Amino acid sequence: MRDYEEILAEIYQGLQDSGQDRASLTEDTELVGDLGLDSVQVMEMLLEVEDRFNISIPVNILADVVTVRDLARQIQRLTGD
Amino acid sequence: MALFDKFARLAAARRELARQGVVPFGVEVERIHSATEGEIGGRRVILAGTNNYLGLSFDPDCIAAAREALCAEGTGTTGSRLANGTFAGHLALERELADFYGRRGAIVFSTGYLANLGMLSSLTAPGDVLLVDADCHASIYDGARLSGAEMIRFRHNDPEDLRKRLLRLGARAADAVIVVEGIYSMLGDRAPLAEFAAVRRECGGYLMVDEAHSLGVTGDRGRGVAEEAGVESEVDFIVGTFSKSLGATGGFCVSDRPELEVLRYASRPYVFTASPSPSVIASTRAALSILRQRPALRRRLWANAERLYRGLEALGFRLGADPSPVVAVLLDTREQALAIWAGLIERGVYVNLMIPPATPKGRSLVRCSVSAAHEPEQIDAICAAFADLRGIGAAPSRAPAAGGRGGN
Repeated sequence: MRDYEEILAEIYQGLQDSGQDRASLTEDTELVGDLGLDSVQVMEMLLEVEDRFNISIPVNILADVVTVRDLARQIQRLTGD
Repeated sequence: MALFDKFARLAAARRELARQGVVPFGVEVERIHSATEGEIGGRRVILAGTNNYLGLSFDPDCIAAAREALCAEGTGTTGSRLANGTFAGHLALERELADFYGRRGAIVFSTGYLANLGMLSSLTAPGDVLLVDADCHASIYDGARLSGAEMIRFRHNDPEDLRKRLLRLGARAADAVIVVEGIYSMLGDRAPLAEFAAVRRECGGYLMVDEAHSLGVTGDRGRGVAEEAGVESEVDFIVGTFSKSLGATGGFCVSDRPELEVLRYASRPYVFTASPSPSVIASTRAALSILRQRPALRRRLWANAERLYRGLEALGFRLGADPSPVVAVLLDTREQALAIWAGLIERGVYVNLMIPPATPKGRSLVRCSVSAAHEPEQIDAICAAFADLRGIGAAPSRAPAAGGRGGN
């Protein structure tokens, strides 16, 4: 299983690459509520994260993801398989 | 969040467009004169955004067939295919589709959207895996969601990315369902089906191809991109629609899998909706017969597609893909796309405005679709209207020094 902090850093990087301001991002940042991202935008952002950890993130998990923390935890779970 | 708060963002976007004096989504076509002409805003316009690839919506034989069925069988079936809604015509159309594709069986659905919903939601279930091209149509994503299967996106038109993801699945890859489209509706680009088929051969899984925009458009017999690429025998399921080249509404799936016959009983979008009206079935059958008998229509379509593509290219517009009946003009900003779209209507040309989130990679574009029914003069008139608007979206020169795309 990957280190949570490492996954978090990759998510921040992905969000930054897609135009978000790094300074305003925290684990509590809501992907839809705060950043206004739709599911397609989140999946696009995750393509690099998937390559980095050699995983496929099912679109289905987004149903349970509200915050950056939720996303990091889901990805951590997937890397543990 | 209160019940209606979720609409605030949409309402604001709509207000902003209205402030600019346009209502691009939900345009009223006040009158329709032919497959290529109508009236919008009191103005006669050339229709170049209809997906009416073969122009058959006004074909005299299709109209006559529809009229005859309308008078003989009534305005609607008023029932599901499983109850009173299977008439002789529905079964005949299924036989004719299976025959056209050289497949064992076919299912007719009430719309193209429902064909994807109906197939994916019954073919896969929780525990199964769907691998879906990133740019696939919303109906494929919705079908996947309805199925409850695990849905994995792969990079658009990227067989290597698909391969990686199949390998990650291990033994589960053998039963995974891979879904791609023949021609993609937004940019008009084609799937590299031979490469996808090779990946499938190597790693396992089943392949479904949505030929909505390629039926009647590509392939020697007009069967689509799988035929053109010579890989039909490696495609397990072909889905498509009657609402583009066949000029009506409805959808279908053809396959050699014997299970298709029982799959329909498990398909909620098939079971719990009314079947297509007899007149729709009749005109679709006539259109399919014309599609098979008049390959000249396809040649005209491609000549028109080439003419429009070359014309817009010469004007310096940035286009989405190689020539195809879908010609997408890429713009840097939403405002440019809107200005071109509205400017074209003022100049008597209707095309589709496409802005995020409906577009791949957040792009803004205007999308033209060409018909075999367009006269060359109409294509030239479309190009002339674009020429007038060149200041908005075309690069001043095609030299690399022009600086490339903006940072949107």
